[in-house]
Amino acid sequence: MLSAQGGVEIEVVAEENPDAIAFLSIDPVEGLSLATARRWVAEAELDEVAREQAAELLVKLYECYTQGDCDLAEINPLILTPDNKVHALDAKVTLDENASYRHPEWEEFRGDEFEDPREKMAKERGLNYIGLDGTVGIIANGAGLAMSTLDVVNQVGGTAANFLDIGGGANADVMAAALEVINADPKVTSIFVNIFGGITRVDEVAKGVLEALQRVSITSPIVLRLDGTNAVEGRALLAPHLNDHLITEPTMLDAARRAVALAN
Amino acid sequence: MSIFVDENTKVIVQGLTGGQGRFHGLRNRDYGTKVVGGVTPGKGGTDVDGIPVFNSVRQAVDATGATASFVVVPPRFASDAIIEAAQGGITFIVCITEGIPAHDEALTYNRLTEEFPGVRLLGPNCPGIISPGKCNIGITSGDIALAGGPVGIVSRSGTLTYQALHELSMQGIGQTTCVGIGGDPVPGTNFIDCLAEFEKDPETKAVMMIGEIGGSEEERAAEWIKLNMTKPVVAYVAGVTAPPGRKMGHAGAIISGSKGTAQAKMDALTAAGVFVCQNPTEAGAKMVEIVRAM
Repeated sequence: MLSAQGGVEIEVVAEENPDAIAFLSIDPVEGLSLATARRWVAEAELDEVAREQAAELLVKLYECYTQGDCDLAEINPLILTPDNKVHALDAKVTLDENASYRHPEWEEFRGDEFEDPREKMAKERGLNYIGLDGTVGIIANGAGLAMSTLDVVNQVGGTAANFLDIGGGANADVMAAALEVINADPKVTSIFVNIFGGITRVDEVAKGVLEALQRVSITSPIVLRLDGTNAVEGRALLAPHLNDHLITEPTMLDAARRAVALAN
Repeated sequence: MSIFVDENTKVIVQGLTGGQGRFHGLRNRDYGTKVVGGVTPGKGGTDVDGIPVFNSVRQAVDATGATASFVVVPPRFASDAIIEAAQGGITFIVCITEGIPAHDEALTYNRLTEEFPGVRLLGPNCPGIISPGKCNIGITSGDIALAGGPVGIVSRSGTLTYQALHELSMQGIGQTTCVGIGGDPVPGTNFIDCLAEFEKDPETKAVMMIGEIGGSEEERAAEWIKLNMTKPVVAYVAGVTAPPGRKMGHAGAIISGSKGTAQAKMDALTAAGVFVCQNPTEAGAKMVEIVRAM
């Protein structure tokens, strides 16, 4: 996206005055040539004096974006000085974590001082966790199901304390680590474990939960919803251990209601 | 009928000799899928539980007549494996690999569409495709699916796909084909590709669509549905409560600025005449109601 109306949030320009933005789709096989960049700066109606320098800069920015494995590479604003020089005054990049294996240099720039301490703790344990503000701690397998769990908790009048996807590895180690991180969150007053077994077998998850509870002392009540592969076996394993701090419910909605009632 | 695959589809597994490839490849064969070969460079001439292994996709295709490939290799090798499959004569590629850099995905997608227009890629970072009773390529557990139709499923999320299959199968409602298109930013196959196939398939009478935050694929699908779809569509979009600017597990599941919210997607789908539901259970119940009324 290229616009002569810099210095403001480009999202706002896109909403209020979309014609002020020149969009260009770049085919990654061909890349961005200087000739295309020249046409682009003209289309965006940049100041004529700035066009050639801006075109050269765009080619470099595209290189930075691809070679640097950026999700986003934005220069805003780009300025023209009184002596006719084009300068980048501010810039923002976000990097693609999936490409970190080929960018060992990123490690040097990693800072965690702005991180949520809960997220830091989760990251140290290799968990896919995002901290939120609510009172129901969430553990689910799969990103979609975890997101859906937050939604359902919200629909039945609760608020989620976190997003946490334990993926396919719902063994005792992962479950213990997940419960530990959620237990350390002072706002959490109940925990909702939502598992749909596919490749992950529910009886393994149940064993994981029981083992984890031996290792970690959990203060909040846990509500489990277990479905899918070997769910019957999994529920049977938990049955002798159920009490007012370890509860199972048959469906996602029932479990959400129970967890929210306990949290409130 | 099913879409993209059927009971005659011959499949090779790229990465069959690895832990994951072996596990899922053999599970797919146990389900009844015609898994006819594996590919691992340097291991040609060996076998995995009776399935012959070849050094290259070309050799495997020449020897077995396979038309589909299941790519189960680590992220840094996945793009090359996908291109090798296309060069080797495969026309349907399923890649479950999670964690491929987005720029590699974009490059691979464009190379495929430009150099191999007859090749379809499903994924990456997807659970695969299952046509119950006929063919299962990927990691979906076969026993939660029910053969016989009449519902087609297309989904960006793995576990929500299982949830959808479960909700329908428990009520005795079968599926024609269930396609997991995956949660990455550059999917090889999108909602519209699947909706168009389901619209053409005479055995599919209704479609369940599961979306999530991020990108604008659901909005584009809504536009397509409004113009082209005659069959009923039930949709659920995950991430109504997701905070902006965070990747919610899937690389593509991110609200950027005001773009990609669940609400915008649900509004677009509702305006296109889709039955939009608030959670997977409600979506399952709505689909059951629609099918029973047919």
